[in-house]
Amino acid sequence: MKMTKLAAVLAATLVAAPAVAQDLHFPMLNYRTGPFAPGGIPFADGYQDYLTLINQRDGGIGGLPIRTSECETAYNTERGVECYESIRGDNPLILQPLSTGITYQLIPRVTADGIPLHTMGYGRTSALEGETFPWVFNYPANYWDGASVAINYLLEQNEDSLEGKKIVLIYHNSAYGREPIPTLENLSERYGFELVEVPVDSPGQEQSSQWLQIRRERPDYVIMWGWGVMNAVAIQEAANIRFPMDHFIGIWWSGSENDVVPVGAGADGYTALTFHGVGRDYPVYEDIQTYVVDRGMAAGNGDQIGSAVYSRGLYAAMLAVEAARTAQELAGHAQITAAEMRTGMEHLSITEERLTELGLPNFSAPFDVSCQNHGGSGAAMMQQWDADTQTWSLITDWIQSDRELIGELATADAAAYAAENSITPGCL
Amino acid sequence: MLYREAGDFKTSYASDNQTFPIRFDRVAYWVVMAFAFLVLPMIMGDYWANSVVVPFLIYVIAALGLNILIGYTGLLSLGTAAFMAVGAYATFKLTTSFPGMPIYIVFLLSGLITSAVGVLFGLPSLKIKGFYLAVATLAAQFFLIWLFTRVGWFFNYSTTGQISMPERSMFGVLITGASASSTAVYFTCLIFVVGMAWLARNLTRGTVGRSWMAIRDMDIAAEIIGVNPLIAKLSAFAVSSFFVGVAGALTFAVYLGAAEAGEAFGINKSFLVLFMVIIGGLGSILGSFLGAAFLVVLPVILKLLLVDTLGWPADLARHLEVMIIGALIIIVLIAEPHGIAALWRTIKDKLRLWPFPH
Repeated sequence: MKMTKLAAVLAATLVAAPAVAQDLHFPMLNYRTGPFAPGGIPFADGYQDYLTLINQRDGGIGGLPIRTSECETAYNTERGVECYESIRGDNPLILQPLSTGITYQLIPRVTADGIPLHTMGYGRTSALEGETFPWVFNYPANYWDGASVAINYLLEQNEDSLEGKKIVLIYHNSAYGREPIPTLENLSERYGFELVEVPVDSPGQEQSSQWLQIRRERPDYVIMWGWGVMNAVAIQEAANIRFPMDHFIGIWWSGSENDVVPVGAGADGYTALTFHGVGRDYPVYEDIQTYVVDRGMAAGNGDQIGSAVYSRGLYAAMLAVEAARTAQELAGHAQITAAEMRTGMEHLSITEERLTELGLPNFSAPFDVSCQNHGGSGAAMMQQWDADTQTWSLITDWIQSDRELIGELATADAAAYAAENSITPGCL
Repeated sequence: MLYREAGDFKTSYASDNQTFPIRFDRVAYWVVMAFAFLVLPMIMGDYWANSVVVPFLIYVIAALGLNILIGYTGLLSLGTAAFMAVGAYATFKLTTSFPGMPIYIVFLLSGLITSAVGVLFGLPSLKIKGFYLAVATLAAQFFLIWLFTRVGWFFNYSTTGQISMPERSMFGVLITGASASSTAVYFTCLIFVVGMAWLARNLTRGTVGRSWMAIRDMDIAAEIIGVNPLIAKLSAFAVSSFFVGVAGALTFAVYLGAAEAGEAFGINKSFLVLFMVIIGGLGSILGSFLGAAFLVVLPVILKLLLVDTLGWPADLARHLEVMIIGALIIIVLIAEPHGIAALWRTIKDKLRLWPFPH
């Protein structure tokens, strides 16, 4: 009890004075420490660098500067909740926790507090049902899209038939890794392939028994839902059992340089999904060099620029900025609130012209968000690793996911959530 | 001067046996209670309630439970987080199966269910002790978490294996769910902490506690003087698991709101509670409070100091925080191997004699 008193006294002294200046607060829930830092650092750098670019080049959004704040979650849900509590009173406009576990904690909280949550390519898939989850967005693609795109890609490779094939799903044994299972089970019934699920407990440094099992199963393809150190270990193990790398497909979170570089030549030909372009061949990188790097304002060590997950962080920041811009247009004033930001996100429209204007031509599939659909296009591409040049290259065009099936599954899951939490679905 | 027994005459058996024999302690106790119930809710903001005080109170319950097992009975357990998970999943199953059941009753029932599971995993303690028992409880940690992530019935077959707490109220006040006020959550935790600390204190002062301590000090001697080791050890497991189960139920229901066995109740959490008990002081109720404060409140204060006040980068502060906490653990254990509570005991003894050296 003594400590509580002390804590309260300290609390009184540490409470910061509220900011009076006009700005747009974009908090960052990063993880630059902990077992998942190799994935968290490039994302955080990309997110922060793009926001710095907007401040430096355009003077903010609609004339108002962006204010960022950083909170370290270490990919730990309790810390994530602590971070959320510390920023929620500070007019945050959009939250992007980059963790499915933290997302699940935050969904009821942001719904009660009215703060938009954008979980780009992760989080709760059924949140694409905007009427049940008005404050949660997961455009442009989600895990079920990922599973469906992977299967569609394999169908393409096998003359539209996966009959009698055996596909292994090796996954991070957490809410994140289990997300695609219902979709894959459904697709396995539809296309007649056999699905074998192989879980790996977090963090996944030791996988020899799993790969022994995979070797025994003799699968035609392996699909991976991994994150952090688990990816590199899995690719190494696959190389060790001489599994053909082009038959090994990772979700977008299993397709970064950190995952393949440690494996060396063995990783050559490994494929992964991606819902955005890769590499530095986009005009926006010149601006980042001029306005951010050359001015010494690059986030972190500045050594991640152009990597796959960096591009994703940049993409997330770009979508957030575009949503804020849309929100400002709809609201008619620059100092938007979280509720106006939500409206902006719901009316977000990403077109090819806009992408070109932003210096990101063909970086993302065009999509529109609506009240009913918070999930975007659901399209993704395949990228392949070239160990000689140490680069990812895109090997397909946009592959569309089976949105009809995903819609069905999402509606059922969202309805169950609405019933459990007595929510009446509807547009805000 | 402040802290002395002189003039405090005990005229009845009841007053001679009271929990706090020294007047200063009694006054301090009531002051702290008044502060916790009346002053703190007034001055505390949402942030402090939800992310510092509530986890602190919940970990106090868990540390009290583990202290009963390790500190009072001498049985080493590494399965604390798994027993917390039992409490959490019991709460989830009970409240989704019987939505009308009062939530406080659900918490207590979850504690009782955990108690039963704890007794089951406590059975090996009749044959083995020390490191061997630690390994047996480690098995509980792995087995229970495996069960909660693989068997769909426990998480109502949700696709991700996450359990989410629906909104529940007590006496017309919302206790769980995101809309619950921080005051309601705080009072819920406070009531459970006060009730359970009172229970722990009185259990350890009575026959049951004395039989636990007899077993801890020398089990063969205890058996010879008539302590039944079966009853003593299993009752310690039952009471300890009850506390830990309630802590797990509160962690899930009022603190986190959603949980997943492997992430929220992993082995790291078992070690965290174990460190609280060891740093706070084995066999001390006050030690459980101090240990929980050391490992829950201190990191947040460090974060506020380094990041929010001094403006250091969040990742650097986090690395430093790990180093500082680690260094402090080592310093505390070198300076006072019996925990912070023993440090307090020494101060108390000095104060009683002060200003005379003998």
